[in-house]
Amino acid sequence: MGHLTRRGVIGAAAQGAAILSLTSVRNAIAATDDTAKYIAEFTGGKAIKTGRVNLSIPELAENGNMVPVSVVVDSPMTKDAYVKSVLLAADGNPMPSLITFNFSPMSGKAQAAARIRLAQTQNVIAIAAMSDGSFFTDRKTVKVTIGGCGG
Amino acid sequence: MAEGVKSRIKIPKEARKGEVIQIKTLISHIMESGQRKDAAGKLIPRHIINKLAVTFNGAPLFSADIAPAVSSNPYLEFSARVEESGTFKFTWVDDDGSVYSDEQAITVT
Repeated sequence: MGHLTRRGVIGAAAQGAAILSLTSVRNAIAATDDTAKYIAEFTGGKAIKTGRVNLSIPELAENGNMVPVSVVVDSPMTKDAYVKSVLLAADGNPMPSLITFNFSPMSGKAQAAARIRLAQTQNVIAIAAMSDGSFFTDRKTVKVTIGGCGG
Repeated sequence: MAEGVKSRIKIPKEARKGEVIQIKTLISHIMESGQRKDAAGKLIPRHIINKLAVTFNGAPLFSADIAPAVSSNPYLEFSARVEESGTFKFTWVDDDGSVYSDEQAITVT
């Protein structure tokens, strides 16, 4: 390039931005694929219905190093019908796995809470495995100001 | 065994038969994710608590499979329906093979 013109500079900047956004989109898609695969391993590829699961997580997390998350599933907790497990997954972390809670009829209530790390703004997905073999889900988007995972 | 690992349990001392109680647990641990780099740019190896298992009077009540995305000093909260007096036993498993345990009794009337 000869001397810099205003138009040239703006054009180059726009190109750079386009390339940047393209790579970040690619990364996001890769993470989403991993997350889909991780969830499919848990469900054995079975259909997942919405409802019955209530995932609570702040819409805006200022500190991604410690984001409180809790989940409750609407279900009886008896030997004949109970919630076996709830898997929590993320689609914008280095790895999709967060935590899996395993309940028993003795749990009384299918409810659990923990604190997690989120590297950036992303979705958190809860999948509940019921004792009858069905699966239910809920998901929330969390805006993260400062990412966790030590990035 | 990693040094200075301390656990804390919060459970009501008494409950009525059939009551669903809240259990809160905390264990001090660095939860090194395996994603961080040191000053020289080398990855710091993963070192986490990867499991908590809880029994009541010897029967499995609750467990959690814990990934590196869980915050340091992992905090967990869950429920239990108590039908009789007894003891909750908590066992945490460390990546380095260490096992930490704690117990808490409850009187059910």
